Amino acid sequence: MENHLQDLHEVLSKVQGYVYPNEIELNWSILIVLYPYITGLVAGAFILASLERIFKLHILKPTYGLALLTALSFMLVATMPLVSHLGKPLRAYEIMVTPHLSSAMAIFGFVYLWYLMVVLLLEIWFDYRRDMVIWANETKGIKRFLYKALSLWTTDISPKAVALDKKLGYIVTVIGVPSAFLLHGYVGFIFGSIKANPWWSTVLMPVIFLFSAIVSGIALVMLIYILLSKIRKQKIDMACLDLIARYLFYILLIDFVLEGLDQIHRIYEAEESFEVLHMLVFGKLFYTMFILQGLLGTIVPLLTLGTFQFVQPKEKIRKAVYLVTSALILIGVFFMRWNVVIGGQLFSKSFYGYTSFKIGMIGTEGYLMAAVWIIVPFIILSFLLWLLPPWKKKDEDADIQEV
Amino acid sequence: MSLSSSTMKQHKSNISRRDFFKAGTFIVGGIAVTSVFTPFNGILFASEAPKGKGKWYGIGIDISKCIGCGKCANACKLENNVPQEPFYFRSWVEQYTIKNDGSILVESPNGGIDGFMQSVPDEEIFKSFFVPKMCNHCAKSPCVQVCPVGATFETDDGIVLVDETYCIGCRYCVQACPYGCRYIHPEKGTVDKCSLCIHRLEKGLQPACFEICPTEARILGDLNDPDSNINSFLKNHTCMVVKPHLNTGSKLFYNALSPEVR
Repeated sequence: MENHLQDLHEVLSKVQGYVYPNEIELNWSILIVLYPYITGLVAGAFILASLERIFKLHILKPTYGLALLTALSFMLVATMPLVSHLGKPLRAYEIMVTPHLSSAMAIFGFVYLWYLMVVLLLEIWFDYRRDMVIWANETKGIKRFLYKALSLWTTDISPKAVALDKKLGYIVTVIGVPSAFLLHGYVGFIFGSIKANPWWSTVLMPVIFLFSAIVSGIALVMLIYILLSKIRKQKIDMACLDLIARYLFYILLIDFVLEGLDQIHRIYEAEESFEVLHMLVFGKLFYTMFILQGLLGTIVPLLTLGTFQFVQPKEKIRKAVYLVTSALILIGVFFMRWNVVIGGQLFSKSFYGYTSFKIGMIGTEGYLMAAVWIIVPFIILSFLLWLLPPWKKKDEDADIQEV
Repeated sequence: MSLSSSTMKQHKSNISRRDFFKAGTFIVGGIAVTSVFTPFNGILFASEAPKGKGKWYGIGIDISKCIGCGKCANACKLENNVPQEPFYFRSWVEQYTIKNDGSILVESPNGGIDGFMQSVPDEEIFKSFFVPKMCNHCAKSPCVQVCPVGATFETDDGIVLVDETYCIGCRYCVQACPYGCRYIHPEKGTVDKCSLCIHRLEKGLQPACFEICPTEARILGDLNDPDSNINSFLKNHTCMVVKPHLNTGSKLFYNALSPEVR
């Protein structure tokens, strides 16, 4: 409390121009930057997995299971930054119990549960059920029990049952794609629907959030796939990686065009808020927007991935470039969220001035807490990969033919 | 005899079971279908006409009468236990100074509680005035619209309140208020805002900031009563709300509002 007030006094001394007195404090800090970032990674990873399933792009098979498990790992922590930033975290359940339906935020719990329960868990369950039954027979002790419990004590792995799993899994995927779009488009709506804030209030916001989500999710799976292959000392499937890179390029291009369109629209219309936003972008957001999001997170990846569509250098170079590019894109999208969330609060709604952002190391809104919510999904993912290794799945088609 | 009666019984129960399922399907289906569409009513919040059939509070502030003494901001803090630090205000005063070169200077040191010093030399000033700010008690409040649990609500007589025992402290309403009238109480962790001193209104008293104003720049009255003081204020002055383009249904009307005020 004392520290908080001290920080606010420091911020007060740095205020430029005029801000409403209640605006000196930034209300949404790094945790709310993480929230759309993490849900975006989920939606993106899921959509990559769905490409394989719906469009039967079997080249992407090596990343299918990985993408699903990545989506689940991040989905499980997606609500944590939200809950931990609340003034009254113990009342968080009220959103589910008494949702106020005119609030975009109230629907989050339901969208989240739908996506987690109906889409992600079901799809993974149908995909792994047969393997879990097989693994349960091959293992002992606690692992055996886990497989049995996770497969809900089902044992039927006859071709007919497996075919039904596949069919139902496919239906879930078909429902899942619009759900993933809904999940992240909806997160964009939370910001885009705030008419008080001209930096947020644009109908393009849900669409921009969606495409940047897909970009970040694909980049994440790409990065994890490369790193995991190195750790496991397995050969990377280059055909798969090249195809992922191609999709990444296309979607990044769409994302870039949409965001560019949004900015052009703002500049052309130059409404009342134009001046304050113009100075925001070239002042407080210059590094995070032009350097980190724009140059490193968008232009460089577009140029490298774009070049690879025409010229294909050696495998070794491509791998290295993919590794760096996916990391850059992840940083770029993170700062896109930063620029939206933090940027949208740095200027006053009076349009007469700017406050500044101060973030500490410790505390519920500090760097450490944020780091925790980024690291935890990777720990969950490691566990899931140990429990449900996609590379140990048996080829169903081969088995069915054998039968 | 016994056989036929048991068949009859069975037959009877079969019909009733079918009926039960029929009716059940109808009810469950009906609920399911309507519940699919109910959430979409939420979209209509700001596009519906404001309510207010009975008493409907409206506020008038006469900028030409405000002398910038800051007593209103101070009285509000004292009356409502608003933290004294200069980051938390339910009510504050801004000083606008428009210079000869057209540039605009807005100041509100400690919300105007300690009074104002004009920092611009007289010869450079085109015009200067004070603008008292407070919650606009909007009829289509963006803050009420976005509250995920309904802790912020509009009373039947048009006052926007917060139930602090219910607020989860998500700060969405703070983001949604175009006028900067909300803050998170540093000790409570919940949102706080002007309540129009409803505890005083209930006793037949004026809100603290209204009562203390030495020039009677503030007027509170019933917009639905044609003979009320607020309606005569609106009739006799050219009044305007702040940020009318946002269509928040603001019920805080300013006389002599300059277009620079935001």
